[in-house]
Amino acid sequence: MDNPILLTMRHIEKRFPGVLALNNVDFTLRKGEIHALMGENGAGKSTLIKILTGVYQMDGGEVQIEGKPVVIHSPQDAQNSGISTVYQEITLCPNLTVAENMFIGREDSAWIQRKEYEKKADEILGRLEIPTRGARILGRCSLAIQQMVAIARAVDMNCKVLILDEPTSSLDDKEVNMLFKLMRDLKAQGVGIIFVTHFLEQVYEVSDRITVLRNGELVGEYPASDLPQVELVAKMIGKNLDEFSALKGSGKDVSKNGEVFYEAEELSSSQALPFDFKIHKGEVNGFTGLLGSGRSESVRAIFGADKVNGGTVKVKGEPVKITRPIDAMKHGIGYLAEDRKRDGIIAELSVRENIILALQVMNGFFKPISRSESEAFADEYIKVLQIKTASRETPVGSLSGGNQQKVILARWLLTHPDYLILDEPTRGIDVGTKLEIQKLVLKLAEEGVSVTFISSEVEEMLRTCSRLIVMRDRHIVGELTGEDLNQAQVMKTIAGGEA
Amino acid sequence: MNNKSKNIFGNGLGQLTIPIIAIAILVIFNLIRDPSFFSIELTHNNEGNSVLAGNLITIINGASELAILAMGMTLVTAACGGQDISVGAAAAIAGSAFVKILKSGDSISAGTVIIALLFACIVAMIFGAFNGTLVAVFKIQPMIATLILYTCGRSIAYWINGGATPTVTSPILDAIGKFIPGIPVPTPVIIVIIVGVIFKLVFRLTSLELFTQSVGINGNAARLNGINSTFVKLLSFIILGICVAIAGCIGVSRLGLINHETLLIDIEMDTILAVAIGGNNLGGGKFKVGGSIIGAYVIQMLTITLYAMKVSSTDVKAYKAVVIILLVVIGSPVVKEKFGKMMNKLRSRRAKVTVKGAERS
Repeated sequence: MDNPILLTMRHIEKRFPGVLALNNVDFTLRKGEIHALMGENGAGKSTLIKILTGVYQMDGGEVQIEGKPVVIHSPQDAQNSGISTVYQEITLCPNLTVAENMFIGREDSAWIQRKEYEKKADEILGRLEIPTRGARILGRCSLAIQQMVAIARAVDMNCKVLILDEPTSSLDDKEVNMLFKLMRDLKAQGVGIIFVTHFLEQVYEVSDRITVLRNGELVGEYPASDLPQVELVAKMIGKNLDEFSALKGSGKDVSKNGEVFYEAEELSSSQALPFDFKIHKGEVNGFTGLLGSGRSESVRAIFGADKVNGGTVKVKGEPVKITRPIDAMKHGIGYLAEDRKRDGIIAELSVRENIILALQVMNGFFKPISRSESEAFADEYIKVLQIKTASRETPVGSLSGGNQQKVILARWLLTHPDYLILDEPTRGIDVGTKLEIQKLVLKLAEEGVSVTFISSEVEEMLRTCSRLIVMRDRHIVGELTGEDLNQAQVMKTIAGGEA
Repeated sequence: MNNKSKNIFGNGLGQLTIPIIAIAILVIFNLIRDPSFFSIELTHNNEGNSVLAGNLITIINGASELAILAMGMTLVTAACGGQDISVGAAAAIAGSAFVKILKSGDSISAGTVIIALLFACIVAMIFGAFNGTLVAVFKIQPMIATLILYTCGRSIAYWINGGATPTVTSPILDAIGKFIPGIPVPTPVIIVIIVGVIFKLVFRLTSLELFTQSVGINGNAARLNGINSTFVKLLSFIILGICVAIAGCIGVSRLGLINHETLLIDIEMDTILAVAIGGNNLGGGKFKVGGSIIGAYVIQMLTITLYAMKVSSTDVKAYKAVVIILLVVIGSPVVKEKFGKMMNKLRSRRAKVTVKGAERS
């Protein structure tokens, strides 16, 4: 039943300064197969894809298509070898027609024969049963259609390997089904499809095989039917189910009789579906779930980071309105964002300026922290958190990831928050610093600070949290405390379903 | 090693390296060309005041409006990552408003001048707020947003005084535009110093500098730290508005008349250039107001040098362009990066040679 092999990648290696992004990774795609590429953030999925599409050059390894070695130095090379990619964000031109988009850049003559192209486009669209017409302006079509047009363009360019990178993340259920139908049709025509997604259910709906990567290494390739969902999660996160039983949450459980610090009912934002949540004084809780499950979006709603749409919020029992970050800050809430570079550091400003930023904002425009005072604050936190920097005036962007993270932690600690939200504070930093941050979280809790701690490493959360809120597909699907706080239970709840 | 090269070219004095070198080269060039270029003498002007005169004074005095506008433009650039191209037109409006009040009474007293100044400031701040609202609230690209006022500003200035170009003469205006009796330094130069000191004070007494840089470097992070970036951007335009009013009033006082068509004509491009020569990133972020001031003097010195070399006024622009191309290219990130890489390569090659030598031995 095995189809002939279409694409093989062998011993792929890719280095970035200081990191081995891919280490000896193999990947095989057969003709007429939908192959899911799975892994958490930083696993190496996107690096592997970028090598295949010529965005990155590999440092070692070999790529073969239909048994012949190919060299891919640019996206053009990839296209010539029959590899096409449809990205999450549409990369077509929304102001041109569907037909123009399908044929742009590959017209045979200088004269664009509009009618002819439209006819051709209609033919292809009809064959693929994509419900649009060549003459329509692409921007007027739904996102799903736009994506399908991108696929149709790829198919018409004789692509053998089609890469779909998170194609479903902005589609609704109906549109997803339409896309899946198209994928199955293409599969029947012998196209090999690499499907990257973080929606577990969708993987099982269409995929024949699953390849799992973790930390830049290959975990394995499995037929989808032989890999239960819960095991897939375990492989992505990197623990064997048996190893989990011993660990227990060491954060104190104060939920029984403690004072509630923050409480939200039906809180929703432009990014998060309505949810209920509360946290007690001195409690450490966690949000868990795979990437895209809505964990970050939920805590962003608490902080007012996205547009808040509704819900009632109480701080210390008093109803309050938190619609902007400054509101949250004034009520003693601090938030360390998931994406340090994008939402955290002000790269070109000094360590000192980055540390005092939040406090300065809370103090107000007309009460600047004096130079000497800010130097004292910076020195204090550089010492307490052992931030490795040449000086307090060094631009924070030139520090290592772990030290940048410590600077942002210092920024929030300086505001003496009552409630600190830490979204992936340990991502992409060295093991030593990870441990320091976890210790710091527990110490803060002892001092009566409430902490929400999010990490893709479940083990870290079990070590620090006394309560875990589990999310899947943007909904809270469980809340684990006490006895249930073990990896096996967490995995089961994350995976849901049959396990 | 990498850090070291970054320090030289990236930050600290780094930002001021290019403007300071530029001004140094101009000074040296002039000294070689004609040592008397920089001679300053005490003479008596028409009013009988003893005043300083010489090329250097002409340069510093002539760059006053440019320097003041460049200070405000630096803030707008840093916060919004774009420039206001309507400053010349807005200055014509402010100047017309200034003259309108001066002309309202029979005689021009000190009180009228102060009221006229305040009125001009308010008018310019309102137009600044208009530009700022388009940029900060409606998120229109600064250059497009200010294109509106750039286009219609001089017409508005025309309407204010009913199409006339009235002259205003008063010893008080001469004191603003030329010299205060008893002080040999031109008043516009003193005003530049005062405005510079006020900027310094505002940076000391408020968080303007930190907030502006944060918004300009990383708007997302600034917002998540509670900074109201709309307010910061709007504020930068309003502050520029005050600078525009001051520059416009100086311009009017110098000539003793308002000509809405020619007052500070084409100054917007020189202003942007001054900010760029000052080593400020036109895409926003970290800034140094001092750099822009030096940039303004570089431009003026270049112009006067060319005039001193008997270059005709039509040719001056072309020569200016050549020098500016050089300055801007040398200061560009590409050249900086290439230069840094070249230095690194040289170093690593040297390191390799030493390693090889060590292996052989």
